[in-house]
Amino acid sequence: MSKETQKKLINLAHKIVNEINHGVDPYLEIPIRSLTNVKWNEKDGLLRLGEKKSKRYFFNVAYARKFMQTLLIADFCKDLIEENIHTSIRDMYYNLKRTLPDTKENTFETQDESNPIIVDLETNLDTLRENLHLLADRKGIVAGNVKIKDRGDLIDWSKLGSGGWSIPSVVEDIKFVKVNAKFVLVIEKNAGFERLHEDKFWQKYNCILIGTGGQPARGTRRLIRRLNQEFKLPVYVLTDNDAYGVYIYSVIKSGSMALAHASEQLGTPSAKFIGLTPSDVKKYGLEKFTIKATDRDIKRAKELLNYPWFQNKEWQREIKLMIKTKRKAEIEALSARGLKFITETYLPEKLKKKEFLP
Amino acid sequence: MVGTEVLNMEKGKSAEQLAKEQREVSVSEFFERNRHLLGYDNPTKALLTVVKELVDNSLDSAEDHRVLPRIWVVAKPKGVDRFKIMVKDNGPGMIDKQIPLAFGKLLYGSRFYKLMMTRGQQGLGASGAILYSQLTTGKPTTIISSTADGKTSFYELMIDIKTNKPEIISHQVINDGKIWHGLKIEMEIEGKYIRGERSVLEYLKETAITNPYADITFQGPDGKIEFKRGANKLPKLPKEIKPHPYGIELGILKRMLNITRAKSLLSFLTNDFSRVGKTSAKQICKVSGLNPNLDPHKIENHEAEKLFRAMKKVKLLRPPTDCLSPLEEDLLLKGLQKEINAEFFAAVTRPPSVYRGNPFQVECGIAYGGEIAPEGSVKIMRFSNKVPLLYQSGDCAITKAVATTDWSRYGLKQSKNSVPVGPAIILVHFASVWVPFISESKQALAAYPAIMKEIKLALQELGRKLSHYLAGKRRREYHIKRKKIFERYIPVVAESLSHMTKVNEEKIKIKLEKIAEEKTGVVNEQGDSEEINQSSTQNSE
Repeated sequence: MSKETQKKLINLAHKIVNEINHGVDPYLEIPIRSLTNVKWNEKDGLLRLGEKKSKRYFFNVAYARKFMQTLLIADFCKDLIEENIHTSIRDMYYNLKRTLPDTKENTFETQDESNPIIVDLETNLDTLRENLHLLADRKGIVAGNVKIKDRGDLIDWSKLGSGGWSIPSVVEDIKFVKVNAKFVLVIEKNAGFERLHEDKFWQKYNCILIGTGGQPARGTRRLIRRLNQEFKLPVYVLTDNDAYGVYIYSVIKSGSMALAHASEQLGTPSAKFIGLTPSDVKKYGLEKFTIKATDRDIKRAKELLNYPWFQNKEWQREIKLMIKTKRKAEIEALSARGLKFITETYLPEKLKKKEFLP
Repeated sequence: MVGTEVLNMEKGKSAEQLAKEQREVSVSEFFERNRHLLGYDNPTKALLTVVKELVDNSLDSAEDHRVLPRIWVVAKPKGVDRFKIMVKDNGPGMIDKQIPLAFGKLLYGSRFYKLMMTRGQQGLGASGAILYSQLTTGKPTTIISSTADGKTSFYELMIDIKTNKPEIISHQVINDGKIWHGLKIEMEIEGKYIRGERSVLEYLKETAITNPYADITFQGPDGKIEFKRGANKLPKLPKEIKPHPYGIELGILKRMLNITRAKSLLSFLTNDFSRVGKTSAKQICKVSGLNPNLDPHKIENHEAEKLFRAMKKVKLLRPPTDCLSPLEEDLLLKGLQKEINAEFFAAVTRPPSVYRGNPFQVECGIAYGGEIAPEGSVKIMRFSNKVPLLYQSGDCAITKAVATTDWSRYGLKQSKNSVPVGPAIILVHFASVWVPFISESKQALAAYPAIMKEIKLALQELGRKLSHYLAGKRRREYHIKRKKIFERYIPVVAESLSHMTKVNEEKIKIKLEKIAEEKTGVVNEQGDSEEINQSSTQNSE
């Protein structure tokens, strides 16, 4: 994959040089990543990038800088692939940041400037950053009865003590040696992960436990998809009871707008939502432990109502309840019923009754 | 009322006639009592007035003689608040016997009873200065002149205030065989020399702008300053015209009736006025109810009033305007360019127009940017018949016209009804055979609607030229900025591309620079249109 990407990079450079030689304003063609060009595909349940592209000409004041930045990154990645080394997107940013001669202008001012250019390049070349040898910031931990091989090392996810295994940003080359699990439980919060890990939940219920630490990183999303696709493991997602939690579930399930070009690698359309649902609050008597939702929460919830993959009666009911009660609750609210309530009562009951939202 | 009477006579009256009609002493006495009205209110202003009167005379005489003016001005300090002033020109000079009359008697001059676009409009100029000199220092004025006849006249003159007659202190004609023409006048006065806005230097500088064909040298307390000639062409010679009935005042009409050579009212009207033919003259008589055969000298006051009113009622052609001699855009530009260091100049000359029967013409110019201070109000230079007006700016029609023109649409900042702000100098020149000053000190124009309208039209045209230039400048700056952006990124792009493709870096760079040149060299209004307006998400995942 990387070699193919390297070839694409060099071809792109040749295309541009060719244009320059013909005295033509050189351009980069970048698929548009906005609402107008990202659609949810009902068939596979994933967000997909449409056909609309914008041409970024170098001799256009609005694009000249981005054009220059794209080529800087392209050249940098070509070297990474050639030398077969990987680096983080942060490291790349520092590597390429420099002041342009006789100006106060830097090639990149902040990482916020270089990050979207990486996605531009990915979409232009129809590849993934992993193939460009760029690593997203790592985030996410995993534990379970699984043995894998990573760069030749055998790793047992069941024997990593209290910390669990930290999921790398590229999981493409991981080989699964042994997978002994019935399902995957994804938890939004690392604190929640630690609670379940300490209670040996994964052992008792024979599952793989993944903590995402907020919005899941690409490596984590890819790992979830691989476990789901390659071992047919059902994926259940546990988040806070608020709009943001539902959005995290949505990204895991259908992909995100910004990375719509990679939904096929990152999305898990069969994932199910285990909790916390707005109706859980009443059901488990957690009313006293809820928090007042902000205007922003409500606005976000109203947007969720319109998502095509939430157009079913269960989700419509739950989201409307969230808007109506104007309350939200963290996973930790369950501790009101005892610290082990979540591992001993809440989750087992849900799993047993198959009480999931689609 | 003596004063006003006398001053009303400025227009169209000979000194002789004046003398008959009035007590001669009144003129000089009047001056003594009312010198503030004539620009001699204080030593600072007096110094400027003396220089101004003498230089104006010199410029007029050289122009009359059709020679490119060459003028020397000296202001030499002589103790506390005292100056020796010397002005010398290369005009035609003056014949020996005329000198005492021309300088030793107030209201004597070649310009009475004719309307002509000249600087000095009455005979108060030089003799007024002489009178001021003798009033403040008690010394006579020296006049030296020659008419290129090999003889030079020397005079020391004073004015007898009681009789308004020249008092010759000394007189000599030397057959020195020198062939030169011109006049040199030297006097001592009480005066104060200042620098800045209303100084002699400012007056000379502004004079140099509207008289670019003149060479002026000034030797002042700060050393020698030369205003070099910037053009070798004189404006056309202004023609004399007779007064137009619409422009005349009752007092003047009465005096004209008194001194006319005509034997009948009809011939008085046809001979002494412009645009009055037999038909119009008969009509005036008819409307006034006066007999066309009346002897004009015998017309009584109440009859003159009837005549006066009738003259305004009868339809007449506008006065001829070929009597005017504007600088025209070319000379105006040359004047501005030689004295002001700016990045842009423009000039506008309006076609002649008429107010109250008096032909006039407005022209204006602007200098923008360069060394002109960007802060503060725009400097307004006002001129009447090429003479700078330095006082009473706020009361002047020119200042009012500038303030009530909307400059914001032409690219200058301006708060409502005030003088605009920015790095510019605006010049307005009002040319007329009869300049409507609001007071006798001749420093501000009266804001007649016809005059305001013409000045504003001229300024608007000037504004359009300025805004056109500024728009072009902004466009050029935008293109330079645009080019700079590309030039900044080209080395990085070339380096990356060369590294990836192994194509020679310098070659890519040169090609890119060539495209940049093509893309930014030509003015392309739509240079930066987007293929598709995209808003890509900036989320970092």
